[in-house]
Amino acid sequence: MIPGFIATNAPALLIAVPLLGAFLSPVIGIISRDARALWVLAIITLTAIIGYFVAFLVYTEGTVLYVFGAAETALTVPPDSGGIPIRIIFAIDAMSALMVIIAVTVGFAVILYSLSSDSRRSGLEAYYTIFLLMIGAVLGMVSTGDLFNFFVFLEISSLASAGLVAYKVERGLAVEAGLKYLLVSTIGGIFFLFAIGILYGQYNALNIAMLAEVIQWTPLDKLALVLIIAALAAKCGAVPMHFWTPDAYSMAPSAVTAMLVVASQASLYGLFRICFTLYGMTLSYVTIGWVIIILGLLSMIVGVTMAIPQKDIKRLMAYHAVSQTGYMLLGVGVGLAVLGDQALLSSYGTTAMEGGIFHIFNHAMYKGLLFLTAGAIIYQVGTSDLNRMGGLGHKMKWTMIFFIIGALAIAGIPPFNGFASKFLIYESVFAFSPILSIIAMVVSILTLASFVKVFHSVFMGPPLPEHENVKEAPHTMLIGMTILAALVIISGIFPEFFIQNLIAPAANALIDQAGYIATVLGGA
Amino acid sequence: MALPTVLSSGYGLWDPILWVIAFIIGIVIAWMLWKSGVSSYKKGSEQGRPYLSGNAEPAKGEVHIRASNLYWGFTEGIKGYYQRVVPLHTGIATDYLLWIFWVTGILLIIVMVV
Repeated sequence: MIPGFIATNAPALLIAVPLLGAFLSPVIGIISRDARALWVLAIITLTAIIGYFVAFLVYTEGTVLYVFGAAETALTVPPDSGGIPIRIIFAIDAMSALMVIIAVTVGFAVILYSLSSDSRRSGLEAYYTIFLLMIGAVLGMVSTGDLFNFFVFLEISSLASAGLVAYKVERGLAVEAGLKYLLVSTIGGIFFLFAIGILYGQYNALNIAMLAEVIQWTPLDKLALVLIIAALAAKCGAVPMHFWTPDAYSMAPSAVTAMLVVASQASLYGLFRICFTLYGMTLSYVTIGWVIIILGLLSMIVGVTMAIPQKDIKRLMAYHAVSQTGYMLLGVGVGLAVLGDQALLSSYGTTAMEGGIFHIFNHAMYKGLLFLTAGAIIYQVGTSDLNRMGGLGHKMKWTMIFFIIGALAIAGIPPFNGFASKFLIYESVFAFSPILSIIAMVVSILTLASFVKVFHSVFMGPPLPEHENVKEAPHTMLIGMTILAALVIISGIFPEFFIQNLIAPAANALIDQAGYIATVLGGA
Repeated sequence: MALPTVLSSGYGLWDPILWVIAFIIGIVIAWMLWKSGVSSYKKGSEQGRPYLSGNAEPAKGEVHIRASNLYWGFTEGIKGYYQRVVPLHTGIATDYLLWIFWVTGILLIIVMVV
């Protein structure tokens, strides 16, 4: 009975469990710090199990629908609603399931890591509450089938993220970074809300499938799409709206930074979901495709070139996060640009999308890993200034190994996962436009050069006298890094398994707008 | 027929397993070369001290090349680019918003006109 209830309501529990865990965390914290740590760990473990279960359902049985408050959880269009899906609906297809897997995997690893990395800090009752809220919000963003719901989760994610960026209040810069993030997020949120208002005013609906069925590409629809692209591209850190990224990523605790990467990717997911599933073939796909490609190109180039001269390890990595977002935009942008040409889509468009989507997964793993290694270094050395580091490879061997794995993956060196997704992007984008592919390869070379600098500055050289007392990071931090490092290696050595089972279904889910509409509306 | 481990892009193939095997062979060769070295080496002895033409060894902190000294040639080589791009990163919050408004405006023109 209970497993049946859990199985039926798993999509709701995916959000309810982290939210419940968040609000009870301060209460449990009254007992003791250890009790709170165990509580938070139990909540994120349960959330991860539910997330994997929901994903399993999606991959075995197809899109999972969940209608809140309905007698039947899949009854999206009640008989007396006039054919309009009026309730809150979660529509979890293969693309959403992939994002759920990413969010719960990284969420589990970073919570485990932060049990040690942030144990020295005060205010942990608020920290874990906000952290779990952020994870819950990201899961909501990628699960919902409703535009207004997406906006609500986007706002929760933004507020929670801003609070976490500003968490180290003893450093004024962290508060400033949090404020900047909040400001950009607020403008993005207003843009998004305005766009929803435009669509609702025209079509009397907020459900994505319902809107997709009736949308027409009127001037108002164009205005709504522009506002959505600007809002979500700013939220995912695309150049030239990336300026908040180095500020926020560098000032947040490292575990938070790793999760911020996933929150940014949830915005990227929203951008792709709206372009493909909501607008689909009605939009001018060549124009919008090229808009996304150009945003990707700018992000790749400006991100990597700005990373090279950085002297702060996390700021440098933040610029690389911007650069890597460019690859995702490039791959999926090429897919969008040829959406209307079935021959080109089959020839290279789908592969480009698979490369871009696989890069989302890979980036979450290796960039999360790199931020965790940076956090371990800062935790032991007490500074993020690369000029004050050196010789740490003698004392922090495991952290160094994890850093090497992450660095080689981000630079696209085989056999790590970054290479597999970049390989798909290079080859498919080359068929679309050789110059774009060549630029992507050059950016990878510069990425490698940049991480060679970090590796030399941090780990190489003789042991420095000022770091005489430095030792390896605590075990829970190493376990968090091990989880992500293992995934970087496994998805690099068996990329075809991931492509066939996770990535290709996700790309097809984005392309198949008619299938999404039919599933959600049930032919209504 | 492609093996399950082989990743196909439609234009080319990538087999990570073959690469791993090649990597392991490379490691074995490197290990054999290392093993063929002088066996009388003693770690921490006089043999391990750097030879600096008779000069005294500098302090450890002085011989480590710090991050700021790396890639200065690269940044100097494309100084013109950096002189334009770095000042755009003002750190001023209102500038961040201005960029969002600029992009929105340009996008609006493109989408409405094209």
